[in-house]
Parts: sequence; C-alpha cells; structure tokens
Amino acid sequence: MTVQREETPGQPRSAWSARFLEYGLMWRALRRDRLALISLVIIMIFIAGAIFAPWLAPYPDQGMGKANLGEKLDPPSSAHPLGTDDLGRDLLSRILLGSRPSLSIGLFVVGLAMLIGTPLGAIAGYFGGWIDQAIMRITDIFLSFPALLLAITISAALGASFFNAMLSISLTWWPWYTRLARAQTVSLKEQTFVEASRALGVPGFTIIRRHIIPNVLTPALVQATMDIGSAILMGAALSFVGLGVQLPKPDWGNMLNVARLYFNDGPWFAIFPGLAILLIAMCFNLLGDGVRDLLDPQSRRTG
Amino acid sequence: MAKAEYVIRRLLLAVLVLVGVSIITFVIARLVPSDPVALYVGPRAKPETREAARIKLGLDRPLYEQYLRYMGEVLRGDFGISVRSRRPIVDDLKVFLPATLELVFVSMIFTVLIGIPLGVLSAAFKDGWLDHFSRVFAVVNVSMPVFWLALLMQLLFVRQLGLLPIGGRVSREIAILAPIDKITGFYLVDTALAGNWAAFRDVLSHLILPSIALATYGIGLSIRMTRATMVEVLQQKYITAAWAAGLTRRTVYFKLALKNAIVPTLMVLSLNFVWQISGAMLVEIVFLWPGLGTYLVNAILTIDFPIVVSVALVVTVFYVLSNLFVDVLQAMIDPRVILE
Repeated sequence: MTVQREETPGQPRSAWSARFLEYGLMWRALRRDRLALISLVIIMIFIAGAIFAPWLAPYPDQGMGKANLGEKLDPPSSAHPLGTDDLGRDLLSRILLGSRPSLSIGLFVVGLAMLIGTPLGAIAGYFGGWIDQAIMRITDIFLSFPALLLAITISAALGASFFNAMLSISLTWWPWYTRLARAQTVSLKEQTFVEASRALGVPGFTIIRRHIIPNVLTPALVQATMDIGSAILMGAALSFVGLGVQLPKPDWGNMLNVARLYFNDGPWFAIFPGLAILLIAMCFNLLGDGVRDLLDPQSRRTG
Repeated sequence: MAKAEYVIRRLLLAVLVLVGVSIITFVIARLVPSDPVALYVGPRAKPETREAARIKLGLDRPLYEQYLRYMGEVLRGDFGISVRSRRPIVDDLKVFLPATLELVFVSMIFTVLIGIPLGVLSAAFKDGWLDHFSRVFAVVNVSMPVFWLALLMQLLFVRQLGLLPIGGRVSREIAILAPIDKITGFYLVDTALAGNWAAFRDVLSHLILPSIALATYGIGLSIRMTRATMVEVLQQKYITAAWAAGLTRRTVYFKLALKNAIVPTLMVLSLNFVWQISGAMLVEIVFLWPGLGTYLVNAILTIDFPIVVSVALVVTVFYVLSNLFVDVLQAMIDPRVILE
C-alpha cells in the first residue's frame, strides 16, 4: 500500500502511517502471549515448508503425482518417514507439496473477501441511504446461505478446480467484512476529523480512501487472522468432496478423499494429512484469539 | 405493539431474502458451463431432438420467464427431475432429508449435553485445570476437519475395538429380519412407535459415531459461548446475594446463573443447527449415511446439476426460516432486541 503524500506540510500525516505505529505496538504486546506466539512460529514453519516444498521434499516428482507402484501403502520407514500412499508415493513429499494449495487457499480467500467486502462496507456506511440499503440487503442474502453449501454449489457450477474453489469460498465470505466495515464507518463518520474533512469539501471517495479505510483496516485484519483457519478448513472440505485441486496434484483435502478408501490397509495415509489440517487450523485460531484479545481487552477477561 | 411490528418487519425481510436466494440459485443454475440440453438428450442427439428438448425445458424463453416458471414449479413442490436417474428430485428429497435431519437432531443433543455443562463448569472453576482443559478442547473442536475426525472414529471404534457399525443407517440383518415401517422417515421415531426395539438399538448404534463427529464444531462453540457469558453473569450482584443466602453450588451455577447466560448460547446453537445440516454432508460421505450430503456429493460427481441446486435451495430455506425463528424467539425472551 503506497502512502499518499499530497497534503501540505503541517497538516496531520495520513492515517496510514499511524497504522504502522499501531502494528508495532501490537507486536510488542503479542510477544507476551505465549500460546499465540508458538502458533505464529508453527505457522511460519508451515509457510516456509510450503515455499521450499520442492527442495525439502525427499521425492519431489512423487509429490507432484508420479506413481511409484512398487511401494504401495508402505508403512512409515526410514525411506518414507510418513509411509506411502495408494500409488506408492512418498506421503511426506505429498503433504509438503500439498501444503501449497491447502495454505494458500486460506490466505487468498480471506484476502479476496477483505478486498471486496471492506470497501463496500465503507461505501455503505459512509453514504447511507439507498446505497447502504442495497449493499446491506445483498449481504443479507449472501449470508442466508449456509457458507459451505453455497461454496460447493458455486464451485460445482464453475467446474472443479483450485481457482474456482478459491473464488467460490471468497464469494461466501466477503459479506462479513462488509458488515464489519460498515459498522466501523458509521461510528467514524460522526468523528470530528471526518466531519472537518467534509466541511472542507473533500470529496466522499477521498475521505473513504484517506480516513475511513485506514481506520477500518485494523479490525478487518484482526477478523482476517481469525478467519484464515476456517477458510483453510473450508478449502479442505471442498477439495475433500472433489471440488478443489484435481488429482494427481496433491492437496490435503483430496489426499483424505482417496485415503478414506484405503483406511484398512494404510491408516497413516489418512492420519497425516488430516493432522496437518488440524494443526494449521488450530494455530491460526489461537493466533486469531491472541490478536483479538490485544485489541479488545474485554474479551480477554471473559472469552 | 412494538413486538408485532418487529415480527412483521422480520417476516418481510425473510421473504425478501428468500426471493434473493432463489434468484441466486437460479443464476448459479444458469451459470453451469455444461449444456443442459446435452445432458437431457445425450451428446449425440440430432439437431431436431435438441431443439425440441430446448423448447421442452423452456430454454428458448427469456430469462425472467424461465425464472418465474422455475419459481412456480418450486412453490408447487416440483424440483424437476434428475438428469441421470430421471426420477423426480422431490421424491429423493423426501427420503434423504429426514435421514440428515435425524443425524443433525441427535448430534444437537450431544452438543447441548457436552458443550453447555463444560462451559458452565469452565466458568465456575475459572483458571482451574478443568477450565484450561475445556478451553483447549474447544479450540481443537472448532479447528477439527470433521471428515477427518469421522475417519479416525472409524479407525478406533470400528477397526480397532469393533464396537460399532462402520456406516449406513441400519444393518442388513435388521432390514431383513425386523424391517422398519417408514412412518416419519426418522428411524428412531419409527422404530419406537412400532415397538421394534431390536431395530431401535441397531439404528441408535449407527447414529452414535456420525452424530458425535458432527457435534464437534458446535461443542467447541457452545463451550466458548457459555463460558464467556457465564463469567460475566457470575460477577453480578444477584449471584453474590445467592452465595450469601447459602444456596448450593448447583442451584447457583445451573439454575440462577445459567438461566441468564444461556440466551447467547441458544442463539449460537440454533445457527449451529443449520450449519450442521450442511456440515453433515462431510460426515455422511465418510459414514455412507444415506442423507442429503451423500445425495449432493454423488450429484456433484455425476454433474447432475438440478439436484445440486435443489439441495442448496432446500437447505437454505431451512436456514432462513430458522434464523427467522431465532430472531423472533430472541425478541420474545429479550425485548431489548427490538430496539436495535
């Protein structure tokens, strides 16, 4: 995000720079929350694993789908630390390469939802009137679908692929950010610095860009941290029903979908990808809780 | 008077939402990239056959007309036919919907019986070992991929311990020896009504694993919610007064405090109820439960699009109606809601 510097010296600096200061303070406080910090470290390890997967995986070609029929469903051993799958592929390599789509779907979904939802909410809250009504009724309609079901339906309509799965989950997710941003905007609008800008004749969209969005950003980012875990779970669910990454490319969800058929002969095939999903979802949830507690000390005492 | 006005406003909103929902499902149905005519008449049909089918399916009419026609049919309970089996979808729904609802109801019982007491005790012994345990338990529950948990349960209780059936709704022996009269479609109710206790036990044993697997998320949510509100309520003066009056712990926690703490939990639970209808899909596939989820996933795999859209529509209508119910109920319990 580039900081706009069109104001004359002496005027208060853009709200964006205040955000960076705030995040620095948040980081200092977060360092004291041990559980959140451990989660953050594990998340970093997972992300590093995903980035360097092709170099870390002991059998990168098997990880990408090359069959190795000589060693079907071998239990964990020194050659294959997590065992092999139904086509003899090294499970560790599959999980490492599968972490790329499995993790990125969480980040993309939340990012896209925020990108669509936050500006819409700011617009609805700032302008009010029929614009507000129209936008908010649309969010009501989207939120009246059970999210998983809507994502599955859209994804089935668009065709099974990683990109479509990502897109369809984002389409179920943005209204939450719209609601959040709208609520924030409505209270911001009444504050003096916004009223002053308005009195000076600054156009609405400029006020939204320069004063509203930066102030809505923090709660939206907190929400995003809390949502990534659920988004990863939903991505895994879609891929589990065959709507995400297509075989032979790996993804934790589609691995589990195959693994359930070989449960008797190779339980490790189902155990490890699922464990990966649980662990990463849990870390994101714990981190999200920690970040929320920072901003809202009330919830720390009770929640 | 404010109450009636609130209920009417809420009803109108629900109608608006339902219309919106039907438009979205209709649009998604139209979005489907594969050619519905080809699905109906087969890929190698003659152009004349295709044209006839196009007219028969109403695809030659303008979009709004197609939408109105579609809505008219849906309102009369006609969801169209499956493009694969050619069976009316509504007949399938009548079989699969009760199966899913039965699973969800039983799992709600587990959610309430496990989640709420753990939340209460967690707040009562705040920062004790039970509190720490149940908070960790809650986080694990909300982070759990349910389909994976379902697999693990099969591994433990079926493969290792051999205690419970691996899947399905009823054993084959029971289906032959003590067949179930389908009265309501809820097998527990049907067998109980008929006094067919062998079948009742069998049905129950099939229900245990899938319903517990399905309950996990709700258990996590209700622990967190109950704990949070209980902690607040326990700080209030009437609780201090109750302690001073020498009332027992059980009365204070489970009668006096819980009564005021339970409303938010109930709200979350009733939303969770509908979440479970869609979450049931993931559990059903693993346990081969013959419900909406299995039906939907098979339809996705065979690209039977009318089924996908119908299931989405039916479940969403449930969702909207139960949201409406919750809002109205909440307004009855707590009149402050109306002011918002």
